[in-house]
Amino acid sequence: MQISFTLNGRPTSVDVAPSMLVTELLREHLNLTGTHIGCDTSQCGACVVHLNGAPVKSCTLLAPALDGATLLTIEGLQGAPGSNRLHPMQEAFRENHGLQCGFCTPGMVMTAVALAQDKGVLTEAEVRHGLEGNICRCTGYQNIVVSVMAGAAAMHAANAGE
Amino acid sequence: MGDVIGIGAAPKRKEDQRFLTGRGNYVSDIKRAGMTAGVFIRSPHAHAVLRGIDKSAALAAPGVIAVLTGDDVAADGLGSLPCGWGISDAKGVPMKEPPFPMLAQGKVRFVGDLVAFVVAETVEQANVAAELVEVDYEVLSSVVGVLDAVRPGAPQLFDDVPSNICCDWELGDKAAVETAFQKAAHVAKLSLTNNRLIGNPMEPRAAIAEYEPGTDRYTLWSTSQFPHVVRFLMGALVLKIPQHKLRVVAPDVGGGFGVKQFHYGEEAVITWAAKRVMRPIKWVASRSEGYVSDRHGRDHVTEAELALDENGKFLALRVKTLANMGGYLSTFGPNIPTNLYGPLLGGVYTTPAIYCNVKVVFTNTVPVDAYRGAGRPEATFVVERIVDVAASEMGIDRVELRRRNMIPKEAYPYQTPVLVQYDSGDPVGCLDGALVAGDVKNFGARKAASERKGKFRGLGFSTYVEACGLAPSRFAGRLGARGGLYESATVRVHPAGQVTVLIGTHNHGQGHETTFAQIVSDKLGVPFDNVDIVFGDTDRVQFGMGTYGSRSLVVGGAALSKAADKVIVKGKKIAAHLLEASEQDIQFEAGKFSVAGTDRIKTFEEIAGAAYVPHDYPLEVLEPGLEEQAYYDPVNFTYPGGCHIAEVEIDPETGTVTLVNYTAVDDVGTVINPMIVEGQLHGGIVQGVGQALYENAVYDETSGQLVSGSLMDYCMPRADHMPMMKVETHSTLCTHTPMGVKGCGEVGTIGSPAAVINAVVDALSHLGVTHVDMPATPNRIWRLIQNASVPIAAE
Amino acid sequence: MKAFAYHQPGQIPEAAKLLAAEPDSKLVAGGMTLIPTLKQRLASPPALIDLSKLPGLKGCTDNDATITIGAMTTHAEVAKSSLVRARIPALAALASQIGDPSVRNRGTICGSVANNDPAADYPAGVLGLAATIITNEREIAADNFFRGLFETALKPGEIITAVRFPVPLLAGYAKFKAPASRYALVGVFVAKFRDGVRVAVTGAGPGVFRVPPMEHALSQGFDPASIAAIRIDTDNLTSDIHAEADYRAHLVTVMAKRAVQAALSERPAS
Repeated sequence: MQISFTLNGRPTSVDVAPSMLVTELLREHLNLTGTHIGCDTSQCGACVVHLNGAPVKSCTLLAPALDGATLLTIEGLQGAPGSNRLHPMQEAFRENHGLQCGFCTPGMVMTAVALAQDKGVLTEAEVRHGLEGNICRCTGYQNIVVSVMAGAAAMHAANAGE
Repeated sequence: MGDVIGIGAAPKRKEDQRFLTGRGNYVSDIKRAGMTAGVFIRSPHAHAVLRGIDKSAALAAPGVIAVLTGDDVAADGLGSLPCGWGISDAKGVPMKEPPFPMLAQGKVRFVGDLVAFVVAETVEQANVAAELVEVDYEVLSSVVGVLDAVRPGAPQLFDDVPSNICCDWELGDKAAVETAFQKAAHVAKLSLTNNRLIGNPMEPRAAIAEYEPGTDRYTLWSTSQFPHVVRFLMGALVLKIPQHKLRVVAPDVGGGFGVKQFHYGEEAVITWAAKRVMRPIKWVASRSEGYVSDRHGRDHVTEAELALDENGKFLALRVKTLANMGGYLSTFGPNIPTNLYGPLLGGVYTTPAIYCNVKVVFTNTVPVDAYRGAGRPEATFVVERIVDVAASEMGIDRVELRRRNMIPKEAYPYQTPVLVQYDSGDPVGCLDGALVAGDVKNFGARKAASERKGKFRGLGFSTYVEACGLAPSRFAGRLGARGGLYESATVRVHPAGQVTVLIGTHNHGQGHETTFAQIVSDKLGVPFDNVDIVFGDTDRVQFGMGTYGSRSLVVGGAALSKAADKVIVKGKKIAAHLLEASEQDIQFEAGKFSVAGTDRIKTFEEIAGAAYVPHDYPLEVLEPGLEEQAYYDPVNFTYPGGCHIAEVEIDPETGTVTLVNYTAVDDVGTVINPMIVEGQLHGGIVQGVGQALYENAVYDETSGQLVSGSLMDYCMPRADHMPMMKVETHSTLCTHTPMGVKGCGEVGTIGSPAAVINAVVDALSHLGVTHVDMPATPNRIWRLIQNASVPIAAE
Repeated sequence: MKAFAYHQPGQIPEAAKLLAAEPDSKLVAGGMTLIPTLKQRLASPPALIDLSKLPGLKGCTDNDATITIGAMTTHAEVAKSSLVRARIPALAALASQIGDPSVRNRGTICGSVANNDPAADYPAGVLGLAATIITNEREIAADNFFRGLFETALKPGEIITAVRFPVPLLAGYAKFKAPASRYALVGVFVAKFRDGVRVAVTGAGPGVFRVPPMEHALSQGFDPASIAAIRIDTDNLTSDIHAEADYRAHLVTVMAKRAVQAALSERPAS
């Protein structure tokens, strides 16, 4: 079936099998491999993307659900498309060593951005609770929590400045 | 073009840009032209005879290219998966080493054992075909626990391995220990289990293999911590592919923790199959597949006894352990519960006599091998638990008892009774630092506050040492290693002065691209931005043993340091020529070569340029180019250590243990990048906390099925399980590594389980609880409280 | 995943017709349970009937005595609904504890109720509040709806369109999360109405169930102390690697007490 949606700001139209998962569509057909697959039970969160502005697990989303929707993946998050500039949340992860092997990172960042958009400046407890659906095996979460708090504050400050 | 950023600084990581923007390059991200999909068929039974495999229906299914089984492996005369260590018992009798076929032959021995491989045009077609392969199993009774496996009449995995015992290993002076026990004023005893764990790197294992008929070369992309070792083990020993015809690439790898440091059957099968089908093949494991095939960790049952004199001085330690090996010997399997366990039983104490007996046992479970810490967390858990038991029984404060028995700083180097000699350390300093950092003096007030809320609060200590920087080849060889454990590095200086490092360790989260660049920037005085680190490709990097055992900085960094020194030596020759001075008069400092006592200077860039434009070179004494290589084989292990303090609160109504404070003061030697070291400690500690409170691989004793076979049932630590940890370093310098480094990758995982469980026991001590097995789940804690509450209530 | 046909009906009768024509096909709402099942090849329906394009199935409305939640309303929407938070805060709190943020953005009330997972949260809220499940054909009282492990009173071809909740005087939900899955190891929903108290338990057994002795005791005195001594029978409770039956029985009492406490200190869910 043919589906049309906005992918990282660009109109996209693709022919998909109804059984195709969004992870497969992104990774195998649209060459966007930043969205990762870390489990098969919708637990790990490495595949989190924003569907119509809300974080969802793209490994548990059928491609037809994208029809008419807006999808944002880690590749579309950057400060300036095509440049090396980072989004404030990405920058906060870099600044605070919020990643090690990098595999959970795209999902962590996408979840964190949504959390910050939803709640503004975040407390430690809100961050820890908000990351409930994202598993990291490397960092022990401490620097991720610090990163998300800093990134949320930076996003908040940037919005206030606008 | 950027600044020099040297040792001790904390630049942001070079690797982060690509990971943060979704532009990492993991194996599953790679596509090859004409690529096919591979799917493995795994045994659904723990123990069965393979009576036959009918692949005809699968072969007829749409898109199917090949279905391969153990018979095909045998027909091609291929080898089995080799074990890298050969240990022996006390009489020198070698361990039993049954073959580990890359696809099962005759029998399957664990749920997940590889039975067949299906190659098709698409993953879905391969999955459909896999369901059409008919495997005729004759199911046998199975055994999953070590205690059951050694009982008379237990199911036997191998005809020639009686009682399923692979090796009855021992270490230490048994007679001296017995004598000491006879003199003891007190003997503390403890029975414990060390729970089976599953490493769970977030990236599942994956592989792509390709064969190029034009050059007769194979390429394997694999999620490996040690591509060169895979090339050797798989090429030379399993598939009989000449080394120069096999390229192994481990690109970005999403975490390893030991799980990815073994040579797996999947790698061998897919590489072999790629030539048979003459197409590239890709296989990506699902998480569920990983649970039943990634090598597991730990799984010990232990009885320990500590003999003390009337003042609490340790006289001797006796430890008997049954260690689960699973269904076959994995790459490092038998080394872990023996050589990486027994020699660490000395801890940071002056215990003069130690005896350790380990029965290494086969069971119908996934093979067990190294998982972060590997042997050393198990040893630390035994030592640090029994010290607490002894303190409690003798009425001596547990900090005081530790202090009385600690090796004083002045006593280093310190020879233990179990082979190893610690070169440096300051356990008392770490303990004192942690007591302050953990605000131990106000614990009483915090405990009282918890009690007012109806909660139990406990404090636990773990003062530990580990051996890492694997490893001195000579020493390892004596212990049974079948390979060397050195590392290699090449420093390639380009004509414009930038530097590429080719190193044999593998970066999968540890920040090598940053840390190693700091070492080069520091030593050569070149800008940090001008240094790139290349790893993970046997066609690019000369050789390497890979990353495990906290060895990358200790051994790889040392090789890099040596190679950089050689660049300086060569640079001095070039400078002497350009500056028309004697080589002995050339000094090198801060990126500049100068003639001593003069203002005649050549910058590093000028020397690099001259090295590649040898117009007037004295070619008889000076070669063009500026590229140096070094191999480094350590003279000893390194011995990081420290003191960890855990503070827990228990809700007696539900049995829930909450970790409320965690303090670590660790001695990791010289710190190259404090930001990265802290991150390694955080991650390591939480993996240890996971073992202590959450993680457990559970097999059904009847069916041999892995019950905790997904993230729904195997509890990984999450963000809301943890408090903010306080991590500090109290370093003494390693006396034998070039930069004084000791390694930091595993310390967190080694120190933390005992600290957490000691805190849990402390919180429950008023109920008479003296030991809690891991993981300290709510159900387990509730039951301990229930069982203890009855007599208390009756009083 | 095995291939299947895919339908996105625009009207409920059309959806019902599709379902009737192909009885083995599956309705998909948020897909949080169905899609993992398909991925693991544990089911291979010939067709999926996607409910997302059906009109009028989203959102929360109220009248004097009840709140009605449209079938396709997500957990996140219920958790954030000012209406639900104001009138049945315990239900908003329950929805805010399901899964994780990403799951809550896709998972729906009808999916959770129709699936009737023995450890799901919603069944406790639905049964505890004596809600009514509204389908395209009829209305079913919660007491008649849940029929044990993954079984409900839904007939083939029947589609949930909404769930109607009576507004209680007080209500509370207390969940003891299974540490790995985040499902309820034990979850207890307590609701006090003018004519009595209802206590519904999820996670502990093969399906959600009520606890009459606790309901009776709480009707006499709505206080945690009223039920502190009540122990439920372990006979029909689940034992697994996370919790043995007697521990689950104990947790039912503990969580029931905490649910009552939460009801008494009721405040909108955060």
